[in-house]
Amino acid sequence: MSDFIPFITAQVIPGLNSGLIVSIKLIVPSAFLGLIIGVLSGTFRVYAPFPIRKISDAYVAIFRGTPLVVQIYFWYFALPYTSIGEFRIVMSAETCAIVGFSLCSGAYHSEYIRGGLLSIKSGQLLAGQALGMNPITAIRNIVLPQAFRNAFSGCSNEIIYLIKYSSIASIITINDITGMGRGIAKESWRNVETYLVVGIYYLALVTLANVILYRIEKKMEIPGFEKEQA
Amino acid sequence: METQTVLEARNIIKNLGGNTVLRGVSIALNKGDIKVLIGPSGSGKSTLLQCLNLLHIPEGGSLLLDNKPVNFKNKSELYQLRQKVGMIFQEFNLFDHLSAKENVSISLRKVKKQGRKEAAKRAEIELQRVGLDDKMNLYPAQLSGGQKQRVSIARALAMDPEVLLLDEPTSALDPELISEVLVVIRDLAKNGMTMLMATHQISFSAALAHEFVFMEDGIITEHGSPKELLAENATSRTKDFCAKIAELTGEQA
Ligand SMILES: Nc1ncnc2c1ncn2[C@@H]1O[C@H](COP(=O)(O)OP(=O)(O)OP(=O)(O)O)[C@@H](O)[C@H]1O
Ligand SMILES: [Mg+2]
Repeated sequence: MSDFIPFITAQVIPGLNSGLIVSIKLIVPSAFLGLIIGVLSGTFRVYAPFPIRKISDAYVAIFRGTPLVVQIYFWYFALPYTSIGEFRIVMSAETCAIVGFSLCSGAYHSEYIRGGLLSIKSGQLLAGQALGMNPITAIRNIVLPQAFRNAFSGCSNEIIYLIKYSSIASIITINDITGMGRGIAKESWRNVETYLVVGIYYLALVTLANVILYRIEKKMEIPGFEKEQA
Repeated sequence: METQTVLEARNIIKNLGGNTVLRGVSIALNKGDIKVLIGPSGSGKSTLLQCLNLLHIPEGGSLLLDNKPVNFKNKSELYQLRQKVGMIFQEFNLFDHLSAKENVSISLRKVKKQGRKEAAKRAEIELQRVGLDDKMNLYPAQLSGGQKQRVSIARALAMDPEVLLLDEPTSALDPELISEVLVVIRDLAKNGMTMLMATHQISFSAALAHEFVFMEDGIITEHGSPKELLAENATSRTKDFCAKIAELTGEQA
């Protein structure tokens, strides 16, 4: 334990820093894509015509109903062996991770958005239409901005989860924080110190995300949409 | 001078939840007309108003705007008609995430495709008109019921409607807030706005309306000037009904 500090600064931190960049490159696009997928599918589940609504329901059921590890394995190990005619999709490990994370978190966002939409009084949609808005204009400009505010704390939580489950990327050969940490631990046989620091990296990421999400929430705050007092 | 018909409904039929709620209603509004819809709860007043700006699509009958029949199946005709036929709801239905000013300007921007500045300017004018100069930047949660209803009137007027439909605009208000909304409606009347209003404010509307239209069970059973229908020696369903309301609300009919 005597050379704790030198070990950390010489081996763990440089390794994890390169893993951190990889993790961020997975998390940030997945967070945005997931949110977009969630808003679209959540909206479809409430307002879209029957077939699209049912497809969106099925999407959410599948991606909430199966383990993320299995989904990631599917994209990485199974998809290359699936072909439709001549057509076959092979994605890099990073792309598989982003696709997997986006679709999984999209399914959860979708739940929050759907709840947010259902909580908006239908009279507002009617009023929008009475002013000559078509349904899409009314949904986009009237209902969604409110639903998004109502859903925001749920969506924030989902993004926090995403940061943590991004560590699953390490099982498909990606050297993210967890992947790098595992390599360092194996080489040095110093599991305790290494995984302690790995944990601190995630804690720092989550804290940073919390600060950013809180700022966004404050920025969107409007009288009548305050967070309920705890 | 020729009278100009702005909005005319012919023989409107509407089914809701397996019931025929409107069973052949015809009504015409000439320019400057003020007609008042009265009738018992469930008689179909709200349904008729919503059919008149096609928030409900009637199963039968026809609707003419400026003497031109409207094709219910044509979406763009539908949106066009709604722009020209303003609607005021009992529950105000303000957009909760927008300030008073934005509530008024949003449809100018998104429907009439006006620029941000132009729309904001118009919103200010309309809000001034309903006496809310100092409340423009407040959100619905910060407004009283009477103020909310005035915003919703400003919002409708900004679209330059040819007709205004009002569905019990004061029924959701505390008694002390009713008059501020009625004052606005009276101003509109003075300025020649064509209006059809469902209301239980009998004495107010008797002073204002050119015609009372009495609905019962999905049809119009009586109509005429308030003077005729409410005359000392008249024996009308309208008069009985108004007397009943007066009894309930303590209002002098
Ligand atoms: N969405 C709906 N589905 C089924 N029935 C409906 C629906 N909306 C209204 N109705 C029925 O249609 C009839 C007319 O309703 P409407 O709201 O037009 O009456 P109203 O005259 O406005 O009554 P009130 O004075 O209470 O506002 C009522 O019997 C009502 O129960
Ligand atoms: Mg009604």
